[in-house]
Amino acid sequence: MTEHDYDSVMARKPAIMLGSLGLDYQPFMRDPIAFDYEALMGLVPYSIEEIRQVQAASGIGSTALIELRQLTQLARRLAPKGKGARIFVKDEASNPSGSYKARRASLSLHHAQRAGFKGVVSATSGNYGAAVASQAARRGMSCIVVQEVFDSLGIGQPEILEKGRACEIYGAEVRQMSVGPELFYSFLRVLEETGFFNASLYTPFAIAGVEPLGFEIVEQMQSVVGRMPDVVICTHAGGGNLTGTARGLRKAGATATQVIGASVDLSGLHMASDVDFNRKHFTTGHTGFGIPFAGWPDRTDVPRNAARVLRYMDRYLLLKQGEVFYVTEALARLEGLERGPAGNVSLAAAFALAQEMDEDRTIVVQETEYAGAGKQPSAQLTFARARGVEILRGDSEQEVPGKNVIIPDHPGRIKVRDMDMTRLRTSLIRKAVAGAGGGEISPEVAAFLAAETQTDESFVRAALN
Amino acid sequence: MSKLGNWVQIHDIILEPHQRPASLPEETRRVPLEMRVKGWLLEETAELGDTVRIRTAIGTILSGVLIADNPAYGHDFGRAVPELLAAGDELVALMKSNGAEA
Ligand SMILES: Cc1ncc(COP(=O)(O)O)c(C=O)c1O
Repeated sequence: MTEHDYDSVMARKPAIMLGSLGLDYQPFMRDPIAFDYEALMGLVPYSIEEIRQVQAASGIGSTALIELRQLTQLARRLAPKGKGARIFVKDEASNPSGSYKARRASLSLHHAQRAGFKGVVSATSGNYGAAVASQAARRGMSCIVVQEVFDSLGIGQPEILEKGRACEIYGAEVRQMSVGPELFYSFLRVLEETGFFNASLYTPFAIAGVEPLGFEIVEQMQSVVGRMPDVVICTHAGGGNLTGTARGLRKAGATATQVIGASVDLSGLHMASDVDFNRKHFTTGHTGFGIPFAGWPDRTDVPRNAARVLRYMDRYLLLKQGEVFYVTEALARLEGLERGPAGNVSLAAAFALAQEMDEDRTIVVQETEYAGAGKQPSAQLTFARARGVEILRGDSEQEVPGKNVIIPDHPGRIKVRDMDMTRLRTSLIRKAVAGAGGGEISPEVAAFLAAETQTDESFVRAALN
Repeated sequence: MSKLGNWVQIHDIILEPHQRPASLPEETRRVPLEMRVKGWLLEETAELGDTVRIRTAIGTILSGVLIADNPAYGHDFGRAVPELLAAGDELVALMKSNGAEA
């Protein structure tokens, strides 16, 4: 008889995952650390042009690139003379399910359908669930979304409730879970019971699906500005957004473009805490995902994660919650665009960074997401205030996640704050080696870890000492 | 009372506190892992609190305790945030002022 207790199900994880992906990961598992990342991505048998065709058939991609002239103007007023880069945003909210996640879902489900799966399962905080459900609906496939929604009092924050509603509207069965990482246990059980496809965010298909986003940015910037973008900023959580975009940029020849990650700083809040769960006002694009996933990508639901941000991320900027809400307001009032939370994290970073760059430089914020009931600052902050979180004006630097949200009292308060990349890179290297039992590493492993972290062998060896 | 074919929500305990991993924060490990799912009621009639079966949107048959008949989604736009409205007004005024001083 098959046992369904927590430990038994988790012990079957490798077998369940292998059967539910329709991909052979064996060649990538021979060495505990090193594997051929490009060969993994090579499991996707399509060129970027073919991917674009698959996506265009679902109305995905070819989103507008909008120049934010007023925000650029404002940044220039705050900046020293001659500074203030032009800011552009890619309007990914116009994808079918309202975010760039449609790109990831479409290629994954294209693959799942070809591999003969009748249904798909996704474990997600939300936008991806809606994207998978939307793509499943188009393809006549069944969809189950396992989503972390409530605390132990049965309360969910507006943004999460909205994401769950969106999954339901596309006909998905939504299993709404209370707080806890054992969501993964429930997810594995569903895969085992149904034999459905694991529409993981982290397969090569899910990442290759984002590459056209980076590719389009280059095409559009070439046509509008006549040059490659100098900086592209990606809101970062699990890492697929940045990884896929950066790969697309490179495929379009933008090898000199700086790729920057941005996350909301939620330090001090525990991601598995039933109490902290409803005291954060962003449900993705925050450090609770961003830092652990950057430092250790293989913490996920596939044998090897195809989203590996440290291979591509040149800088990682941290924003306060109040700064992002402020910029969301600025986007509406100065640009006439009401957009959902995730993209505004990068936008806040772009606004601060623009002031350090020359006027003739360019920054592309690579996404927006849809705004709807629950997703606005009004919804999230009304909820926060009712739970005793203070909403103040002042210096965002004083913000304490879970206690207050400080809306800047001046746009000049929005700051560039760098996460220490050396620390992240060192952490990845140490974790990889410790996970394989420690000891001396071969030149192949050293070269792999250097590629993983955009460093060199001497950095890798120094990190291990 | 809910009737056959009503769109309802059920509740189920997936893991009791003692079945949850030790690595969880204390406040999470004290409570069970719960699941809520919606679907069509498969019983002739049922009261809240009854154990019932449902058929979900994709046809899965699940059983659990009936906790709601067509529950509200429960989210909305909230109220305007005066702190943000004021910030918006300031930004608009700033852009209208022609001085370089910000
Ligand atoms: C709209 C949106 N933008 C950005 C992100 C971050 O993407 P990733 O998790 O791939 O880093 C998410 C993911 O949760 C998202 O839903």
